[in-house]
Amino acid sequence: MKIHEYQAKALIAQYGIPVPRGKVAYTAAEAGEIAAEIGCKVVIKAQVYAGGRGKAGGIKTGNSPEEAEKAANELIGTRLVTHQTGPEGVPVSKVLVEDASDVARELYLSVLIDRTSRLPVMMSSEAGGMEIEEVAQSHPERIFRSYIDPAIGFQPFQGRKLAYGMNLDGGNIGEATRLMKNLYKLFIDKDCSLAEINPLVVTADEKLLAVDAKLNFDDNALYRHKDIQELQDKEQEEPLEIQARDWGINNYVKMDGDIGCMVNGAGLAMAVNDLIQCCGGRAANFLDIGTLNNTERVVNSFKMFAADPRIKAVLVNIFGGMARVDVIAKGIVEAYQQMDIPFPVVIRLAGTNLEEGQRILVESGISFIDAKDFYDVANKVVKAAKGVTK
Amino acid sequence: MSILVDENTKLLIQGITGSEGSFHAQRCIEYGTKVVAGVTPGKGGSQHLGVPVFNTVEKAMAETGANASLMFVPPAFAADGILEAISASMPLVVCITEGIPVLDMVKVHRYLKGKPTRLIGPNCPGVMSPGKCKAGIMVGEIHLPGSVGVISRSGTLTYDVVSQLTSLGIGQSTCVGIGGDALPGSTFTDILELFEEDQATKAVVLIGEIGGTIEQEAAEFINNKMSKPVVVFIAGSTAPPGKRMGHAGAIITGSGGKASEKIKALSQAGATITPNPAKVGLTTKKVLETL
Repeated sequence: MKIHEYQAKALIAQYGIPVPRGKVAYTAAEAGEIAAEIGCKVVIKAQVYAGGRGKAGGIKTGNSPEEAEKAANELIGTRLVTHQTGPEGVPVSKVLVEDASDVARELYLSVLIDRTSRLPVMMSSEAGGMEIEEVAQSHPERIFRSYIDPAIGFQPFQGRKLAYGMNLDGGNIGEATRLMKNLYKLFIDKDCSLAEINPLVVTADEKLLAVDAKLNFDDNALYRHKDIQELQDKEQEEPLEIQARDWGINNYVKMDGDIGCMVNGAGLAMAVNDLIQCCGGRAANFLDIGTLNNTERVVNSFKMFAADPRIKAVLVNIFGGMARVDVIAKGIVEAYQQMDIPFPVVIRLAGTNLEEGQRILVESGISFIDAKDFYDVANKVVKAAKGVTK
Repeated sequence: MSILVDENTKLLIQGITGSEGSFHAQRCIEYGTKVVAGVTPGKGGSQHLGVPVFNTVEKAMAETGANASLMFVPPAFAADGILEAISASMPLVVCITEGIPVLDMVKVHRYLKGKPTRLIGPNCPGVMSPGKCKAGIMVGEIHLPGSVGVISRSGTLTYDVVSQLTSLGIGQSTCVGIGGDALPGSTFTDILELFEEDQATKAVVLIGEIGGTIEQEAAEFINNKMSKPVVVFIAGSTAPPGKRMGHAGAIITGSGGKASEKIKALSQAGATITPNPAKVGLTTKKVLETL
């Protein structure tokens, strides 16, 4: 799960990490008032889940409350398109107005889980303010890493290694080490999957300041962090994905094609989307209905397709294991009874209770295209979407 | 022969009295697996499905000689269950549970270091040696005893691949689901090592997916140490970056997580890649014909 920058900054501030003075504004007038309170040059930052805001014009400066108000007015109510969003962009409904810090140097600091060592790793670099992936490509020697043993936690020597790695001066070493220890504590306390301060700034008066902050959280651990769950901003998410979750379909991802897909199992669902592309089509979504054995989620999947004007044909590919094919078949029949199905549906069933499932489909008299295997279902749905058969 | 589980496996089921544990314990028994014990704290001394239930893993092992554990403990308590099994020196732990917090698994991996336990999963379908032992939730009937090893991060995609193999008359030595989480207990490389040593395995099918770099690590092993042929499909070529595709571990965060990078590494290592998941069976057949 992602949260906004202003929320991330509030959290890291609670852990004693210094952030610029500032507040979030929902209107241009509010932005002007906050700028007046701050009383000096301010930055106005669009609050969206996507990165790459600076280059996309989502970060502006103002030398006076009037300028701040004007800048906020240009951002609030628009959609911001960055290299991390689609061409439709993401909505900007609030801005963060902050003291424009006097920057001497920009550094990088983050904590994440290293999948190879299976340990939390803290990374630092003197090359802050740019994407760390780019630094890793062009100057890998500028990135320093400390792997943290969860049994003993973050140790001062690890902080010193990272701080010297950022070319900090003697006066900032202790300060940086304490900041890192706090960031690690936040990472553990809140079950983060990423805690990133980029840039971590050395100000003109030689203090450390988190000028940007990004926190992502482990979805699997949200059940024990009600406070974090409440921070979620649904407006920033894809509407179809929100709709799917509301209907109990947790594993739905919007894609850019026109073939609706309902599959059980994440690997199989990904493979189906790949296979559709092999056959010359494009999936409109990734949808893993999981293993819950009730018809409701099947009906709701069809509701998703019916609500999506892009859909030209639908593929159903179920390999019953934990999920039972007969229950899925019943769900499909119920969907046909409850709504208009204006698109061709290609169905392939296999596995647990297959005969019963096939009997239910055939006896219901619904109109569908039968497919015998994995390849057949993809191939037929691509043809159906192109109007070759129906 | 086979790897990890066989006719000598004495299976303990952690969470045997829960609805999923109970359902799948029954199916394992029906398949012929020797299920010798169950563990549910508070239900020790009772019987479930004709199997004695114990309060602790330690006691269950002492009294029944169980040498493998299959876990159905809910996500909030699963890490504790794995730690208990590791502490009791259980040789093999297969964890089916999906949704365990990553930081819980970080602790598990730390504790596991230097211990004799091998962990498979979590978030996996389990381990199956056809005709000998089913320690998992996979459909038993689609499997056929034989000489192809299967390793996969996925569940139902593996069932599809296994049924492709079986319908072509190609049996399997052992099928191992290593799971879809970011921090699997055993990686592709760990299992490839076992298949390389297993005399009954002639070739291996590897089903990878986007996210992480365990496929690239496997490529290195294949290149340096593997004498047996490996057939590969990688799921998620069409997945958008930054999106979690169902599995907790299936998210492209760096360039290494892309399907194309994995395919490149494995292909350079000499593995046979099929871009078509429906042709894994046929590709394996062709590879076997050249042996």
